[in-house]
Amino acid sequence: MGKGYKSIETKYYEERAAFFDELGKLDRRAFLRVAGISAGIAAGMGLVTPQSFQLVRVAEAQGSKQRFSFAYISDTHLYKKELNDRFVRSILRAVDDVNALDPQPDFVLFGGDLAQLGQAEELKLGAEILKAVKAPVKMMVGEHDWFLDMGEKWRELFGAPTYSFDHKGVHFVVLNSILEKDFWTERGYTPMERMKVVAGLDNAIQSRFEVGAEQRKWLEQDLAKVDKKTPLIVFSHSPLYKYYRPWNFWTDDADEVQALLRPFNQVTVIHGHTHQVLTHRIGNIDFHGMLSTAWPWPYAPEGLPSLTVQMNRPDPFSNFDGMGTGRVDVLEAGAVDKLYRLWDRAPMNVRASYLASNGKKDAPPRPKLPSY
Amino acid sequence: MTYRKKLLTGLCALLSGVGGAALATDSAPGERPRHELPPSKDGNLVLGLCDGETSLEVKGVKEGEPLSRAQALEVTSQLMQEWRRKNPDARWDVVAQAPTPPPSPRKPSAGKSNQAEGPTASSGAAGMAGKKDANVQTGHTYGAFSERDEALWAASTQAFVEEGNRVFHDADALGSKVAVSCDMCHPDAANTHPETYPKYQVQFGRVALLRDMINWCIENPVRGKPLADDDPKMKAMEAYIYSKRKGVPLEFGKH
Repeated sequence: MGKGYKSIETKYYEERAAFFDELGKLDRRAFLRVAGISAGIAAGMGLVTPQSFQLVRVAEAQGSKQRFSFAYISDTHLYKKELNDRFVRSILRAVDDVNALDPQPDFVLFGGDLAQLGQAEELKLGAEILKAVKAPVKMMVGEHDWFLDMGEKWRELFGAPTYSFDHKGVHFVVLNSILEKDFWTERGYTPMERMKVVAGLDNAIQSRFEVGAEQRKWLEQDLAKVDKKTPLIVFSHSPLYKYYRPWNFWTDDADEVQALLRPFNQVTVIHGHTHQVLTHRIGNIDFHGMLSTAWPWPYAPEGLPSLTVQMNRPDPFSNFDGMGTGRVDVLEAGAVDKLYRLWDRAPMNVRASYLASNGKKDAPPRPKLPSY
Repeated sequence: MTYRKKLLTGLCALLSGVGGAALATDSAPGERPRHELPPSKDGNLVLGLCDGETSLEVKGVKEGEPLSRAQALEVTSQLMQEWRRKNPDARWDVVAQAPTPPPSPRKPSAGKSNQAEGPTASSGAAGMAGKKDANVQTGHTYGAFSERDEALWAASTQAFVEEGNRVFHDADALGSKVAVSCDMCHPDAANTHPETYPKYQVQFGRVALLRDMINWCIENPVRGKPLADDDPKMKAMEAYIYSKRKGVPLEFGKH
């Protein structure tokens, strides 16, 4: 074998050495060169989609640095623990999940529907379990927590359901979006009958969710103090837009609430209730759904926002499939990358750039089996 | 109401469409005639025919006691005979197609129930005569069915579907030990895709029918006891699930 001949293997190792050498002294000019080399190495390894050595992710991180992150647990739907152990196991798994995050999130949002039927034992059980969360917990109320005693026990345990706070330059608002017009008095329902009607998705008896005039007034006053350039993140249990009315995947006064958010440069709404990967953008407002720990909902037969990339159909044979927790990475610019941490599946990341480009860039992977 | 009585009522409903319609929508009792049954002196069971006039005292069966199948058949046959005697020229299947007859006059019928009165208003003999020349194929089973028959059948089917709807939403009816019902994951029976069965269910390692999946869900997420294939609850739930996919093309085997 003559001098000067290099085997493919030798070439590969030389390239790899050069690549790591260059990595240490990376600047803007060097970047393209190194990225080229890394692409060559990846191609040489026979990877169809070169990625392991490529610096695309590094470059992106430079353009949109992360400010901080928070995590969420949502829609745990706890019954009394003697009645249903599965939902208890799920929330415990979720707590372990967020406690295992490294680095730890700045706080953990609880997205509502802690209880299944709003009973004191259910809410107290949830409160007890959530005490094990290491990061501070921000509570949001859901309809399952509310309609037995109209939020009395929930308020006693967790305080006011509507509030705002500031964190690292971002203004956060927590709404109670699950109020409903009285449908029970005329029908003479007991509190438990009322609760059970609201707990069902596919009955036409209950009214639609709303934030209501009183809270909208509060929101208007709260936002009046905030600079329009401040990134705004709103938590609501129901989606703050109109997705599918028959299942109350819906907020009746969503348009009015959106109008209050419109003057801000960067708004994100994180909502629960729908138990699925759900992505929407209306004007300057990005919307992200949250996963449940209790069960996944199917996608509604119509009204699905076009930016939503569905999660794969859940496997009914797994107690945990289609469920999970999530993390929200708040970027320097104020937009968020929304990570769906689906249990026993690859996580799905819905990036800020995907929404900002109206779905042209960084699309999440397509589902193999979407809804029927 | 016992099952046998239901059966009997069902038979009566077939004897006259008026009775059937009254059964299906019982919301405004004041607006339609009521068949007052003559009380039995001995406390025996008294049953009324749906013509609103004829009644029959069942000897040896007290009010509130169930009828045996043989007794029920005997009673219906007697009532039918009585109707035929009163309406010698009428055919019951054609009468059922007649337009809604005027309400029968309310009169005390005690002690007169078995008197021969000839054709009554509700027998529809006149209406039948009017239809004699209509240019429609008749004289066989399907030729005799009318819109009202179809409305009755639709109501019966809907009642079956509604029963399935109830079971689907009722954790207790499903025998759940964890208070979980089908609608919690399948609102409006979404994602049950009955049109794709039978299909190879990879988790079972064999070909499954819709009911196999229903039973699987009852045993696992719902934590109840699986139902027999012919359990009325199983049949009703299948009816409900299929009703929610009306118009969707059959695609058996689809994943």
